[in-house]
Amino acid sequence: MKDLRSPLAKVKGLGASGDATHHFWVQRLTALALFPLVIWLSISIIALPDMSYEALVALFQNPFNAVMMIVLVLVSLHHGHLGMQVIFEDYISTHGTRLAAILVTKFLSYFLMALGVYSVLKIALAG
Amino acid sequence: MAEFNLPVNSIVKEGKYFKAPEGASNIRKFVIYRYDPSNDDNPSTDTYEVDMDTCGPMVLDALLKIKDEMDSTVALRRSCREGICGSCSMNIDGSNTLACTKAIDDIDGDVAVYPLPHQPIVKDLVSDLTNFYAQYASVEPWMKTDAPVSPDKERLQSKEDREKLDGLYECILCACCSTSCPSYWWNSDRYLGPAALLNAYRWINDSRDEATGERLDDLEDPFKLYRCHTIMNCAEACPKDLNPAKAIADIKHLMVKRKL
Repeated sequence: MKDLRSPLAKVKGLGASGDATHHFWVQRLTALALFPLVIWLSISIIALPDMSYEALVALFQNPFNAVMMIVLVLVSLHHGHLGMQVIFEDYISTHGTRLAAILVTKFLSYFLMALGVYSVLKIALAG
Repeated sequence: MAEFNLPVNSIVKEGKYFKAPEGASNIRKFVIYRYDPSNDDNPSTDTYEVDMDTCGPMVLDALLKIKDEMDSTVALRRSCREGICGSCSMNIDGSNTLACTKAIDDIDGDVAVYPLPHQPIVKDLVSDLTNFYAQYASVEPWMKTDAPVSPDKERLQSKEDREKLDGLYECILCACCSTSCPSYWWNSDRYLGPAALLNAYRWINDSRDEATGERLDDLEDPFKLYRCHTIMNCAEACPKDLNPAKAIADIKHLMVKRKL
C-alpha cells in the first residue's frame, strides 16, 4: 500500500511519549552512584588479608559491607538494563523484536537483583 | 535489525574514466559517485582528470568545470557558491561539508565526492532531504507568543539575550550534521537529528518566545531527542562551525532542570 501521509505527518508520528527524561536522569544518577561503590569494592578486595573463601565471607559479614554490596548489585543492574534498553532502541528497528529484547533484559536483571541480594544476605546472616 | 551489508544492487562499481585535455600538466583526479534511480544500474564512481591550471580553488569550482567541460550528466545542487545557502552539501574526502567552501588544496590525493550519507538519492550528488526538511518544520521554527503586543511595536530583547542566539541562528540547513550522525543513520524516521534540534533550541533559547514549555514537551521523547549520544560528528562536520551537540545537551539540561 502506498503511504500517502505527508512527510510532516510521518515525522510527527505518534507525538512525544512524554517520559524520556526520567530514563536519562536515572541512568546518570546510577552512573554517578557507581563511582564510589566500585571504588569501595576495589579497596575492600585489595585490603583483604588473602583471597580465601573465609576472608570474603568475613568481609560481607560486616553489616556496612553487606549493605554496600547490596546497593552495588541493585544500582549496577539497574544501570545495566537502562543502558541495554538504549542500545536496543538504537540498533533494533523492528518494534516487536526490540520490545522482546528489552523485556528479556529487564526480567533477567530483576532476577539477578533478587539473586544478588539473597546471596549477600545469606553470607551476611547465615555465614 | 540495523543492516550493515549493502544490498547487491547498491554495491558501488567502478565507472567511466575521463582524461584531462591534451597538454594539461597540473592534474587532480576527482572520483565522483554516480547513481540514477530511474534505471537498474548499480551506483558507480566515475573518475575525472581536472586541469587545475584552469580551475578555481574550491571543490565546487572543479565540479562545475567537470559539468561544463567534461560530462554534463553529473547532477549536483549548488546556488550561492559562498557557504550561505547550504545547497552544495556533500561528502568530500570522507567528510560532510560544502563543496563551495572546501579548498581542493586541503585534500591529499584523489578527491572523492559522494552525496550526503544515508539519504535517498535523487541522482548522483543530489540527495532527497524531504524527511530532513519535515523534521525542521516539526520543531515549528517561528516565534510563538500569547502576550499581545501592539502591531506597531517590536518585541524587545536585551543585548545579552540576543547573544544567547549566537551559534544557533547561523544554521543554513545544509544537513551536513544530521547526515553525519550514526544515530540519525539508524533512526532518522524517529530521531529529529542535530540540525532540527539545534533549531528547536534556537527558539527554546529565544527570550521573546513564549512557548518554551510546549517546545520542551514536544521533545520529551526517547527517540526525538534522546537518540543523541554525544558522538560529536555533527560539530565536527558543521561547515559553519556550529555545535549542535552542545545545543542538544542544553535541551537535555533544561529537561532535567524543569523536572528536579
